[in-house]
Amino acid sequence: MYDVIIIGCGITGAATAFELSRYRLKVAVVERENDVAIGTTKANSAILHAGYDPMPGSLMARLNVRGVELARTLCEKLDVPYVPCGSMVLAFSQQEKPHLEELYRRGQANGVPGLALLTGDEARELEPNLSDAVVAALHAPSAAICSPWEYCLALAETAVRNGVQLHRNTGVTGLSPVDGGWLVNTDKGQMWARYVVSAAGVDCQQIHELAAPCPYTIHPARGQYYLLDKSEGDRVGRVIFQCPNDLGKGVLVAPTVHGNLIVGPNSEPVEGEDTSTTAAGLAFVRDKALKSVPSVQFNQSIRNFAGVRAVADTGDFVIDWAAPGLLDLAGICSPGLSAAPAIGEYAVELLGADGLALEEKEQFICERHRTRFKQLPQAERAALVERQTAFGRVICRCETVTEGEILEALAGPIPPCSVDGVKRRVNAGMGRCQGGFCGPRVVEILSRELGISPGEVVQDQAGTWLLARETKGGDK
Amino acid sequence: MYDLIVIGGGPAGLAAACAAWEGGLRSILIVERDQELGGILNQCIHNGFGLHYFKEELTGPEYAGRFIRMLSDTGVEVRLDTMVLEVTADRQVHMVGKTTGYRVEQARSIVLAMGCRERTRGAIGIPGTRPAGVFTAGAAQRYVNMEGWMPGNRVVILGSGDIGLIMARRMTLEGAKVLACVEVMPYSGGLNRNIVQCLHDYDIPLYLSHTVTDIRGKDRVEQVVVSQVDERRNPIPGTEMVFDCDTLLLSVGLIPENELTRQAGVEMDRRTNGAVVYENMETSIPGVFACGNVCHVHDLVDFVTAESQRAGAAAARYVAQNGDAPQRVLQVRNGDGVTYTVPQRIRPDRVEKRCDLFFRVNRICGDSEILVTSGDTQIARFKREHLAPGEMENITLPRVLLDKARDEITVSIREVEQA
Ligand SMILES: Cc1cc2nc3c(=O)[nH]c(=O)nc-3n(C[C@H](O)[C@H](O)[C@H](O)COP(=O)(O)OP(=O)(O)OC[C@H]3O[C@@H](n4cnc5c(N)ncnc54)[C@H](O)[C@@H]3O)c2cc1C
Ligand SMILES: Cc1cc2nc3c(=O)[nH]c(=O)nc-3n(C[C@H](O)[C@H](O)[C@H](O)COP(=O)(O)OP(=O)(O)OC[C@H]3O[C@@H](n4cnc5c(N)ncnc54)[C@H](O)[C@@H]3O)c2cc1C
Repeated sequence: MYDVIIIGCGITGAATAFELSRYRLKVAVVERENDVAIGTTKANSAILHAGYDPMPGSLMARLNVRGVELARTLCEKLDVPYVPCGSMVLAFSQQEKPHLEELYRRGQANGVPGLALLTGDEARELEPNLSDAVVAALHAPSAAICSPWEYCLALAETAVRNGVQLHRNTGVTGLSPVDGGWLVNTDKGQMWARYVVSAAGVDCQQIHELAAPCPYTIHPARGQYYLLDKSEGDRVGRVIFQCPNDLGKGVLVAPTVHGNLIVGPNSEPVEGEDTSTTAAGLAFVRDKALKSVPSVQFNQSIRNFAGVRAVADTGDFVIDWAAPGLLDLAGICSPGLSAAPAIGEYAVELLGADGLALEEKEQFICERHRTRFKQLPQAERAALVERQTAFGRVICRCETVTEGEILEALAGPIPPCSVDGVKRRVNAGMGRCQGGFCGPRVVEILSRELGISPGEVVQDQAGTWLLARETKGGDK
Repeated sequence: MYDLIVIGGGPAGLAAACAAWEGGLRSILIVERDQELGGILNQCIHNGFGLHYFKEELTGPEYAGRFIRMLSDTGVEVRLDTMVLEVTADRQVHMVGKTTGYRVEQARSIVLAMGCRERTRGAIGIPGTRPAGVFTAGAAQRYVNMEGWMPGNRVVILGSGDIGLIMARRMTLEGAKVLACVEVMPYSGGLNRNIVQCLHDYDIPLYLSHTVTDIRGKDRVEQVVVSQVDERRNPIPGTEMVFDCDTLLLSVGLIPENELTRQAGVEMDRRTNGAVVYENMETSIPGVFACGNVCHVHDLVDFVTAESQRAGAAAARYVAQNGDAPQRVLQVRNGDGVTYTVPQRIRPDRVEKRCDLFFRVNRICGDSEILVTSGDTQIARFKREHLAPGEMENITLPRVLLDKARDEITVSIREVEQA
């Protein structure tokens, strides 16, 4: 019998597991896929919003502002790439100016520090590549960018090091109330827990319905992106938003912590978790982005992708009891990434208030470190290679990732089991050649280290096979 | 301190090192990140290499092998499994290797010969799902020819560049079904002989003026949608064809691998994506040379060899003379029909007897004249029966003609008869 079972290991589940791992509890996280951070958490804008957007008084407003405050120290302690670059919302006409003022007021009410209204020229002074059409801007210095999957991974890894059990490839198929808790049916067998926390992203409604009729509806809304090469990484220094209109929040242009430029998203209703990109969606994103920053070079694109927001029809996060002992963390659309640690904190507060004993561990690990060869100064690089020769073998040439870093990830608390799993941990394959060069080498390392045939190595989730069979002349 | 450090041990690096040795340099280092010399040639097990240079048909590994043997007769030092991470403008080379450790070496001269990489799906923005099974043709070639694994069974190939064509045949010979080769342009980007020998001979249809407009499948590619395009390369609705396949190979262009070059502050040419070079392959930084695919993408390795020998010989001369006074420089301009030229600049005083000039055209041309002009005067004219963007052209300009030019020369195409 577990004290708590968390369903889903995106940023919401991981943050909740991390918070719970402070206490003397038996906690498990069950994740349907073969890795963490494989749902919406890997495909979003990666922005830690300042918090002027949500309506004052909403859960979103409170948890967003609290979440980004926690993120600042958390990212540092857990070695998560984080850059406090600030953000700007642009107005292109006098009609849009009242909207900036409204955001300014909301921000004041939500407790966002440092907000300032700028003229177009002041905005261009900070961001010289902004369009001449910008007439005013709202500047929020407290916004930041991060690596969303590494954030999730860092929280999950630290939770595991603090004793939380992570069961991957374990999808929840049924929930039945039993005496003193829940019977959780999974495709890997049965588990029991006093409390169940649903952090299943887009699937939260289905999980809720396994136990009780669901009072809310999740409307999946897809957003598509361009990711541009590092050659475009300096095009802007801050996150550049547009005023929302009937067509949604507007398209943003932002640097990423990896040095690239991200452009997107649009917003369109979709069925389930359909993360395909479309020519029309991408064209929309491109046109809109050029309105903010006309000089973006789209021929430097290295990848398109899309993510699906789990938008609840209540207009807010749904953090509430679905049934006694079953807590919903649902409708976690944007600013879910920003709010994550605060959502975890709040979930634990609710569990505690319901009677879960929260006794702090004496030894709680709250730090993490990984080797980043590329960022080391020359002398440290030399010393590292001297100690461990695997750090001398560069596997990914675009991002300068060494075999040593991949081996370190494989020895970590949540080892990768796919090529993309390696990419999310050490950045191999993330660069401009998109794994064209290092893909075969990563397959070779995974095959060797996991003791499986190259034919069994997958690209990402189960079923994403890479190699069909050996060649005719192949084999020993 | 080395006289010369060559970065990259493909055919370009090998030829440059051999030529520098012949030119008298005695402390030469080749740094290669792979575990063997030969570069991309090691995975090109088909034949067709060396027709110009050796006057016989060799496979890629055989061609590389000849140069590796030549090199072994010299005292050139080779560091394998070692990657160059940085080159500075004052010619320091930072490198790291499993057995060689992290080192910084000083060079009197440098030859950049890092080759190129392939364009990817993201670069051309094909919409759809993002399943496994979309490979660049070169990565697939590596799996098949080096690792002994087939990346799929039912294949569509986008792009009719040489690598795509070669892979169409290779996959077929290994028992895969290649359903189509799709090319967005109205003509193929590959060598004519490859279209015949790799597609026609195996009844693989080539769809010109078509492109992939959707990829379907959640985990692995299940279908790709191919549409016809109009003159502006926009898909024409209603022309969609759906192919049931598990693999899409991309052969949509190569990009010179110039991160080190840019970092060093070398002046670049936006059209070649390589360094701007002089007649002897010297870049804007004196003593730093570039040759092979890192300078501009070649179709034939024979030309890589010739160009790289020039670079190696020039490096030897540079070290011997320790540079010399600036001279008269001719800018080479791209006239009508010409996409780029290499070199982009010529110092006539450095040209001994003649200067080779490589270029590509921007459209298919029938009977044509290649005109070289300087201001209003024509200084040379060459005839060709056929010109295509997929085939690099080359003319030779005698020194005496260059002496007639002033400040610049322009290379342009005049089509005598429409193709
Ligand atoms: C286009 C877009 C842009 C965004 N931009 C931002 C932004 O800039 N800033 C920001 O703060 N937020 C942003 N967000 C929101 C943010 O990405 C999400 O709020 C956050 O990632 C949600 O995390 P999650 O853990 O709730 O869901 P997910 O990451 O989707 O995780 C849910 C997990 O549950 C698992 N699961 C589902 N069903 C089961 C089952 N039956 N059994 C076991 N496991 C199951 C899934 O496999 C998945 O791993 C954006 C979202 C989108 C789509
Ligand atoms: C699939 C394919 C088919 C072809 N078919 C033919 C054909 O039929 N006939 C023909 O004549 N030509 C053919 N070619 C063309 C010819 O092979 C190439 O033009 C030639 O190999 C280019 O030589 P290179 O030395 O410039 O580059 P490469 O061969 O790519 O060599 C570059 C070398 O540099 C190394 N390197 C790069 N960066 C670093 C670094 N930072 N540190 C250390 N080392 C580094 C690389 O590992 C590599 O070994 C073909 C090419 C391909 C790709």
